[in-house]
Parts: sequence; C-alpha cells; structure tokens
Amino acid sequence: MVKSNSVYNNAYEPSLSKPGFLEISNLVKSYPTPDSGEFVVLNGVDLTVGEDEFISVIGHSGCGKSTLLKIVAGLERATSGTVRMEGREIRKPGSDRMMIFQHYGLLPWLTVRENIRLAVDEILKDAKRSEKISIVNEHLAMVNLTAAADKYPDEISGGMKQRVGIARALAIRPKMLLMDEPFGALDALTKSKLQKQVLDIWESRKQAVMMITHDVDEAIYMSDRIVLMTNGPAATIGEVLEVPFPHPRNRQEIRETKEYFELRNHALNFLDRYFTQDE
Amino acid sequence: MAINLNLSAIAIAGQAAWRRAKPIVLRDVVLLPALGFLGIIILWWVVALLNHELMPTPAEAFVANLDYILNPFYQRGPGNLGIGWLLLASLKRVLWGFLLGAVVAIPLGFLIGMSKPAMLALNPLIQIFKPVSPLAWLPIALAIFNLADPSAIFVIFITSLWPTIINTALGVSSVSKDYLDVARVLEMNRWRRITKIILPASLPYIFTGLRISLGIAWLVIVAVEMLTGGIGIGFFVWDEWSRLNLSSVFLAVLVIGVTGLLLDFALGKIQELVTHRPRTAN
Repeated sequence: MVKSNSVYNNAYEPSLSKPGFLEISNLVKSYPTPDSGEFVVLNGVDLTVGEDEFISVIGHSGCGKSTLLKIVAGLERATSGTVRMEGREIRKPGSDRMMIFQHYGLLPWLTVRENIRLAVDEILKDAKRSEKISIVNEHLAMVNLTAAADKYPDEISGGMKQRVGIARALAIRPKMLLMDEPFGALDALTKSKLQKQVLDIWESRKQAVMMITHDVDEAIYMSDRIVLMTNGPAATIGEVLEVPFPHPRNRQEIRETKEYFELRNHALNFLDRYFTQDE
Repeated sequence: MAINLNLSAIAIAGQAAWRRAKPIVLRDVVLLPALGFLGIIILWWVVALLNHELMPTPAEAFVANLDYILNPFYQRGPGNLGIGWLLLASLKRVLWGFLLGAVVAIPLGFLIGMSKPAMLALNPLIQIFKPVSPLAWLPIALAIFNLADPSAIFVIFITSLWPTIINTALGVSSVSKDYLDVARVLEMNRWRRITKIILPASLPYIFTGLRISLGIAWLVIVAVEMLTGGIGIGFFVWDEWSRLNLSSVFLAVLVIGVTGLLLDFALGKIQELVTHRPRTAN
C-alpha cells in the first residue's frame, strides 16, 4: 500500500461532503465452482459516488471492474453487500442508470434515429409524439449526428456508433451514466475526439458517471476521482485518486502540469505493481 | 429533396461502378454461365445422337414442346391443361403447406429458443422426425383426409416445419446479450422484449429457415404429385413418362428448376424488405 498524501485519498475514508448519491458497501460477488467451492470475483468493495461526480474505475483485465459496473446497472446481482442509489437498494436494471456499452449495443435493424427513439418510447411513455421527436432531434444534434440520422449502424463508423449510444443514453435523462470501456473499441484519434465531446457534454449538464477504462490518461482527463482496482480473483479497491483539475478542462493545459505527471506515474506504478505480481 | 439527391447519387455511383465493372460483369454474368448451359446442351446432344432411342436431341425436344411453350395456359377439356396451369396448381399446394408450416413453426421455434423446458421436451421429437422423408407422411395424410389435395398440402406442411423450427430456435437463442441488456436497462416487459428485440434480431435466422423449408417443399411437391396424381407439375412429369414422351419431361425439369429459383429469389427479396438489411449482413 502506498502512503496517502494530500492528492491521494484512501478508499476507506468516507467522503466528507453530502451523503453519497450512489453508495456501494461491502460488495462481494462470487460464482459457485463445479467442485462446490466458490470463485470470488469482487471482495468487499466500498465506494461512494456524488450526484454530479465523474468516477473512473481502472484495473487489469479480469479484475472484476466490468462486473462491478453490471451490478450497479442491475444486470447482475451481488452475492452480498449492497448498492444504494438515493438510499434505495438496486436490485434490477432501470433507466435511471443508463448503460453505454463497449460494443455500442445498437440495434442493427433500426436507423440511428430509430435507435434513440426506441429508448425514448420505452422510458418517456407519457410524452407527446411531438415532444419525443424533438428530444430525439435535440440529442442527435448534441452528438453531431443529424446528417447521419437515417443511416443504419452498419453504415457508420465506430466513433459515430458510440455517439449514437451516448445520445441514446442521454435522451432518456438518466440520473447516472454507466460507461463500460466506452472508447475501448475506437482508434486513437477518434477516441480522443470523442473523449472531448463526452466531457464537454458532461460539463454542460453534470451528473453522476461511472466509467470503466484501462486508459490512465483518459481517466485523468475526464474524471474527478479514479478508483484503482487490485487484481482478481477477489479484487477490491486498492486506492482512490483525487484528480485536482477544475472543469472545464483543457487536455493540453493539464498535461503540462506537475500534478498530471505525479498522478499518472502513481496510477501506472500501481498497475505495474499488480502486473508484475502475476509473473 | 434529400431522397432525390440520394437517388441521383446512387445512380451516378452505380453508373461509375458499372463502367469500371462492365467487362467483368459481361464475362461473369453472361459469358461464363452461357458457356455452362452450352456445355450441358452439347452433352445432351451427343448422348442423344449416340443413342437416339433413349432420348430426343435438344432441337427435337424444343420442337415437340413448342405447343407447351407458346400456349402455357390452354384449356382443352378436363385434365388437358397448359403447363402454366399445372405449375400454378403445384405452387398453390406448396404455398398453402408452406404458409401453414411457417405459422406453426415460427412460434414453436420461439418457444424452443426461449424456454429450456420446451427445448428439452420438443428437441427429441424434432430430431426423430426431421430425418424422415416427408413422403412417408403421405399414407398417413391420405388416411386422415381421404383426399389427394389436402394430403399433399399436409405433406408440404410437415416438410416446412423442421428447418424453420430449428433455425428460428437457433436465432432466438443466439440473440446478442448486448441487445438483451439494452432491453433490460430500458425496462421492457416480456412482450415488448419479444416484439422489439428478439423478433427483429432473429429475423435473418427465421428467413434462412423459411428459405430452406420452401426449397425442400418445392422438391417434395413433385414427388407427392407423382404419387397422388391429379393436376400438377409433378404428375405431368410422371404422366408424360408413362406416355414415353421424354421431351415434355425435359421441359418440365427446366420449368421446375426455374420456378424453384424464382421462389427462393422472391423470398430473398421479401427478407430484404422485412429486415431492412442486405442479405449478407447476417
């Protein structure tokens, strides 16, 4: 364990500000094994996320970070421990926690517009037709997809597909966004452009975000706090790093600062340490 | 306006592509296939000339069939109908049997694909009935209906079931987990999940099943009609053979083949219309 200093907060210190919007406490996830034992994926995760906080979760592959996100989404059940949002326990999926999928999760038989419209139809059931149309159009414009609105997912690039995923998620006005390696399948240039777009959108209408990633630069650029996971099996939170840069952020500017270097090296060292343990 | 622009863009792109591809298209679409047909006609001719008692030459067959070709829809008394009427009679049986089969098979496939108990209960039955030649059902059908036409339709119905059931079940059970997660996050109820996610996602599989079913149904109807008699292209083949009129049999073979091709092409077009996706996309 590294010693905490002013920049790095330990995971187990409760947040001093208002009570958490999302509270994960003593979360354990295990699967039964064929020889009637159990395989522990996550072991005792405690985390609190504020209602307009952007949190990144970093760890090596197989550390259970995606499982953690799925439990928050309600797509998987915790073995023990609780996840509460605004005090209510999460037991099943809900549109108040909208997912942005690594592989976009777009329905290939629907156009870009219809993909977003489907989500709006499901969630905003009482809205008028004209309202729904304007919500869809507004979010298409937000991610600069108005021109591609009537194309099918097969006809657009990966970056555009993920923008559809983001527009779909935002269109139903969730209280929290869950992103599972949202830029993981994109090339480097598209990725950095889309990171900026997403951050711009988030800065203009802040809400709780939990993003799974394995890119340290992405985590520092976008998030308020970075959760470093130890390796699985039985992974848990190793450290939580506070990212001190105020919003709106400029990637070039923060990259010049001493804090950026320290933060980045600290995170990379943490990950390296767990990496070498494997071998 | 936007549509017009799109269309003209497609037209221009199409022209450019055609100009580039023209020599290749000519060779691939016209020349080589024509060579294939030429080869088989020459082979037929050679065999016919070597053993003229066995079969007519292509030219003789053509002349003998001229009446059938020029007047496909003649009606000269009961049972003496043009080949077009015979074809329509066979098509009617196939389409009835096939449609009834699809109406039963698609929901059954859904049931098997979505429910483990249903799969366990029905899978052994399907595995046993699938390899049975549909013609084996004909006596049973005749016993039940006592009439040729419903029996033929019943046999086609049975024929159409298995490929559609199996492919539908496969499609339903292999719907991407991502799509199902989308449905869960959007809190869709069971019915919405089936109609909005599972059905469209498995449509390519369902159509694969339907196309296999229709293909086999068209194969089987000829054999069924040979056995049941009556009006139809299958009985025509058998009847002409009994009259030692091999020329008409050759014509019938060609007509059956082209019709089968057109049936599959039509179903492929319907698939493109229904799934909004080119056939290659699955």
